[in-house]
Amino acid sequence: MHVKVMLSTTLRDLVQGYNPHVGIDMEPENGTTAGLLAEAIGIPPAEIKIVMINGRSSSLAAVLNDNDRVAFFPAVGGG
Amino acid sequence: MEFKFVRINMATRECTFEPVPEEYQGLGGRGLTSTVVAREVIPTCTAIGPHNKLVFAPGLLGATNAPNSNRISVGCKSPLTGGIKESNAGGQCGGYLARMGIMALVVENMATEGEWWQLELTKDSAKLVPCTVANLNNFETVEKLRKVYGDKCGYITIGRAGEMKLTAASIACTDRELRPTRHCGRGGSGAVMGSKGLKAIIVNPEGGDIAPMVDEAAFKAASKRFAKALNDHAITQGLADFGSAVLVNILHEAGGLPTKNFTCGQFEGHEDVSGEMLNKNTRERGGEGKVAHGCMTGCLLRCSGLYPDLQGKLKGKWPEYETLWCFGPHSGIRDLDAIVDFDRMCDDIGLDTIDVGVAMGVAMAGGAIPYGDAEAVRRVLQEVSDGTPLGRIIGSGTATTGRVYGVRRVPCVKGQGLPAYDPRAVKGIGVTYATTPMGADHTAGYSVTANILHNGGYVDPLKKEGQIELSRNLQIATASVDSTGLCLFTAFAILDDPDALPAVVDMLNAKFGWKLTCDDVSTLGQRILSTEIDFNRRAGFTEAADRLPDYFTDETVPPHNTNFDITPEELDTVHNYIKK
Ligand code: SF4
Repeated sequence: MHVKVMLSTTLRDLVQGYNPHVGIDMEPENGTTAGLLAEAIGIPPAEIKIVMINGRSSSLAAVLNDNDRVAFFPAVGGG
Repeated sequence: MEFKFVRINMATRECTFEPVPEEYQGLGGRGLTSTVVAREVIPTCTAIGPHNKLVFAPGLLGATNAPNSNRISVGCKSPLTGGIKESNAGGQCGGYLARMGIMALVVENMATEGEWWQLELTKDSAKLVPCTVANLNNFETVEKLRKVYGDKCGYITIGRAGEMKLTAASIACTDRELRPTRHCGRGGSGAVMGSKGLKAIIVNPEGGDIAPMVDEAAFKAASKRFAKALNDHAITQGLADFGSAVLVNILHEAGGLPTKNFTCGQFEGHEDVSGEMLNKNTRERGGEGKVAHGCMTGCLLRCSGLYPDLQGKLKGKWPEYETLWCFGPHSGIRDLDAIVDFDRMCDDIGLDTIDVGVAMGVAMAGGAIPYGDAEAVRRVLQEVSDGTPLGRIIGSGTATTGRVYGVRRVPCVKGQGLPAYDPRAVKGIGVTYATTPMGADHTAGYSVTANILHNGGYVDPLKKEGQIELSRNLQIATASVDSTGLCLFTAFAILDDPDALPAVVDMLNAKFGWKLTCDDVSTLGQRILSTEIDFNRRAGFTEAADRLPDYFTDETVPPHNTNFDITPEELDTVHNYIKK
């Protein structure tokens, strides 16, 4: 299956050559979780505070589906 | 040190120092400005007439070494909303007033129309002198005043928008480098200052000092705990590195980034106007640019970077998230350098970036200027300064612009433009927009914390459950925080770190010898909101004003295709702590 991973702020520094305009396209095994995906691209789960799947808040334990868009964020705030 | 009130009568030019009146003892910041306005201003008065008062007040933790505690509140009846207004800003002037022992500066009555005055204020003298900088915008105003009064003063000024009494006019306060870039933005307080004939306040802090503490050791210990809570909090680093603009990408991802006048919750060009891009350009261009800049002494969070142009010369400050949003996604512009210019122009002319930026997108919806046209926006902003009819319309903010151009979808509550979160995709902030006495204002109860940021718990932004309570609690807490002089960005730590609020309470107790508990903090917040809502009721606002425009209920917004489904009856329970 195919998923797209988007990274923000400091997480981008952990993945060499990350292009924010396209994200990372991946073809993981069926049944992969968001957390396994993060590890596969080299982001320690402890760095991740917020997981969004298709624009909805989710968790590292969530099992992914084909064509999901997964976004990882560290703690962020502003206003 | 004696705490005092200073009253300035613009008609007689009498300036009086008085002890803090009994009924205002123990109040600061928003609590003080709102109480003075509610007691002393006739709610039905003309906001730009002689019966309105303009009140400046530092917070309760001003004149201390507590981190992030030097904000200044300004209060009045708002010419934009017709209701009560408190708007606060960073910069140096709040801290200066506090160290001068001035708990409130109350500007009353008005000068003869056409006359301009400037106020020279020291810790024990106040004098109105004929203004030497009328007709100038803020940067030139401050530059000229500095030549006369020097670099040790702080400057509170209005630009041409305030002189023209436009309802989106702001009041500028100088930052640590004497740039007039920290604004009491919302609600048109600049127009009230202009109506009084007061162009500038020169705040000379000479001889001022930190306030005596009832228990110095206890204060130091509590202040240290508070600093630790701020420094340890995970959001702190991101704020310094990416500014409040760190929110652009996460709101886009969550489908809550209002685009093209709130017709979509995502913007294709989000990356171009993001905090990440501010950071990248600032680092790559170098020169006078700076990541992590504090707008006032004692700021540990430093969200306000400095943005260089391609040659490395200072172009402007990092725009706030809201500014990037309204000139960016809302208006279809993805040119970051242009938006930095717009922010700087608004600072110069003395305009609320939100109401004016939202007005631009609304003018685009009405066909007055082409959608996405940055050069047109630049021209129109210049026209605000020039005082052309179109400029005055835009400078009067979102509601006026929408009305003039016959726009059906005008995002306002109580006449004030909606900030940067679509209330259909971030429903908790919709409740705040609708029900805060300030008119649509995100800072009044920032539900984005729990809705999007997982800060202080989590409430699903797309569902209605839990939003009323979330907004109520945040509105109450915020009214208290706004009374301390603390920058609202300290609230992220306060919401997550169980020791942060007790540390604030301990600081207050140590400074004043009080015996407050954390519960008292929420009682104070409730009291302030009750006072403000009562003023609005007497000004003619009923609960029917606590609504979003109906199209937010009628129409869904992509990508989640949700509407704002919190009912009027539910909204009317937000302030259920007020006895009817
Ligand atoms: S966090 Fe930002 S707004 Fe708050 S005091 Fe610091 S620089 Fe100013």
